[in-house]
Amino acid sequence: MSYFTAENLETAHEIISRYPRKKSALIPLLHLAQEQEGWVTDNAMRQIAELADTTPAEVKGTGSFYEMFKFHPVGAYMINVCTNLACQLLGGEELLAHAEESLGIKAGGTTADGMFTIEDVECIAACTEAPCLQVNYRYKLRLTADDLDQLIDDIRNGRATDIPEHGTLGLVRQHIPAGAGAGIVAPEQATERPVWLARNDAAAEGREG
Amino acid sequence: MPTYDYVPHAPGYVDNDGPKIVTSRFVHEDSHTLERYEATNGYEGLRRALDRTPADVHEEVRDAVVLGRGGAGFPAGVKWGFMPPGKFPYYLVVNGDESEPGTYKDRLLMERDPHQLIEGCLITCYALGLSQCFLYVRGEMPAAQENLAQALNEAYAKGYVGKNIMGTEFSVDITLTWGAGAYIVGEETALIESLEGNRGMPRLKPPFFPAAIGLYGQPTIVNNVETLSNLPWLLVNGFEQYKAHGSEASPGSRMVAVSGHVNRPGVYEIEQGVTTFRDLLYGDNFCRGIRNDNELKMFVPGGGSAPWFFPEQLDLPLEGRTVGAEGSMLGSGAIMVMDETTDAVKAALRLVRFYARESCGKCTPCREGTTWEERILQRILDGEGRPSDIDKLLDIADNISPGPYPVAADPSQGLDAVPFPPKQTTICPLGPSSVAPITSTIRRFRHEYEAKITKRDSIPVMAAPMSSDPVEVG
Repeated sequence: MSYFTAENLETAHEIISRYPRKKSALIPLLHLAQEQEGWVTDNAMRQIAELADTTPAEVKGTGSFYEMFKFHPVGAYMINVCTNLACQLLGGEELLAHAEESLGIKAGGTTADGMFTIEDVECIAACTEAPCLQVNYRYKLRLTADDLDQLIDDIRNGRATDIPEHGTLGLVRQHIPAGAGAGIVAPEQATERPVWLARNDAAAEGREG
Repeated sequence: MPTYDYVPHAPGYVDNDGPKIVTSRFVHEDSHTLERYEATNGYEGLRRALDRTPADVHEEVRDAVVLGRGGAGFPAGVKWGFMPPGKFPYYLVVNGDESEPGTYKDRLLMERDPHQLIEGCLITCYALGLSQCFLYVRGEMPAAQENLAQALNEAYAKGYVGKNIMGTEFSVDITLTWGAGAYIVGEETALIESLEGNRGMPRLKPPFFPAAIGLYGQPTIVNNVETLSNLPWLLVNGFEQYKAHGSEASPGSRMVAVSGHVNRPGVYEIEQGVTTFRDLLYGDNFCRGIRNDNELKMFVPGGGSAPWFFPEQLDLPLEGRTVGAEGSMLGSGAIMVMDETTDAVKAALRLVRFYARESCGKCTPCREGTTWEERILQRILDGEGRPSDIDKLLDIADNISPGPYPVAADPSQGLDAVPFPPKQTTICPLGPSSVAPITSTIRRFRHEYEAKITKRDSIPVMAAPMSSDPVEVG
């Protein structure tokens, strides 16, 4: 029943502790689940529901809104080619067509060996470096068709060591050392006026006096 | 291939002699580290803020007229004043879900100068008595997530964030959180829904904006990354210095990303309200003209949601009020430039398709309308278009955004500008945004649409067309 590894379970609890309400951790926990297996399994959603004090249906309901979460296996390397306007103007659609031809699949598809998935994506915020794409969300800028073939070759032959497998986003996580935090509590427990606002009273009294 | 001279560790950013309010550290390879930040006046703005009263700091930001850099351009100091007094806790939500087509500046600010953003958050929390800050970074930006996480960890260790900041009674936690791929979450109430662990659908407003009822029903300030990144500099240099930059109505600098058919596309920090589109597109200091010396056909002046501009609008300054009166918006500072070789219908379709894909589905006019728009544009482009399609597009547009839609003046046809913003039948501006490429291109390049029409209307057109011109039924 349990899905997360011991290490990830610990991370999950730490993530939850950073939110005033557990349900706010749903998206981060779905990312963690996807990092563990490359996609979000039913088992993962069951455990996330338990951890966040909600139901698996709520987890799926939230998760399915967001494009990055995959509820079926995808390639270990997700190639997201931008075809939005800025990239389209400089060959984004041609780059996507080349990727499809080189890998023998259409956007949305996965190669038979489970290595690659191609997606036709919206603006990835590198518009001046068009045409561009992301492999597992790592940027590759101003790509030619040859660059793309080289990239595919590098990945196939294990030379793209800077790109972790699908599901892993930021490699550094936030960590609040014990005792260093201000204290994250539910809104009901934080209804007191923050202490430093008392400085305003003193100043106001000063002006009046 | 044109030549580019960008800063290698900040691809896209062009270092010129413009203002350096938010990009001052970008030239340093280690700009994201605490060491570099402390060596370059880092956390000095917070230190100075802590020497003053919170109300005084709020006053400084209000006096500086820091306009929101996310899209709407609302002054941050005024937005801050909308919180109902005494209804604690208050929250700060930082909108780093940058996904407007053509836009990227927040990503560079988060990747290259994360401490500056963190300091901006702290100044805001101090000024307003906010209990916790949530830094919401777009899911597709792992480098920004990493650098912000690293910076937060360093800042916690050094006592800049957390309990008793810099030895004072000021304490606040900053929680870093990631999105997961949804454009609409950039809308502030959708962002709050997402932070609460829900589908990212905007909330109905007015009357209750997030400043009154936001995260967990509590008063919440939602500010853009670039807006907050201005604050450390402001607190060090004061509002008078800040207002020495930019124009009177739009003080300070602004980051813009110019992409498309220019010789030197890039992200520039410019004088807000002073630099004109012509400076930006043709200036030596900026984009150095259109590729291959081609003619400029049109440009998007403020992100995918902005009505388009044409050569006649080149001499307008990048100033929110002026651009609004001329029928568009500065929005998120994204300028996409299209030369004479560009197919207007194809370009319009690509942006419309974006809105069709990203519609959250909550409001019918947007959910259905954007899809219809996309399908009709696609069939025109595929050579399957019918004569009634052009007016049908305008009719659908009118259902999403009734009345005259904001559009630039066209002197050649004797047409005046319709000022921004559009009316809307939807909760948020996503649906109306899909109309911008359609009305902009049909009004200007109707002949290009007509040239692509190859099919006849096989049944009489039942719906009354929006325009008063008779529709030919062939």
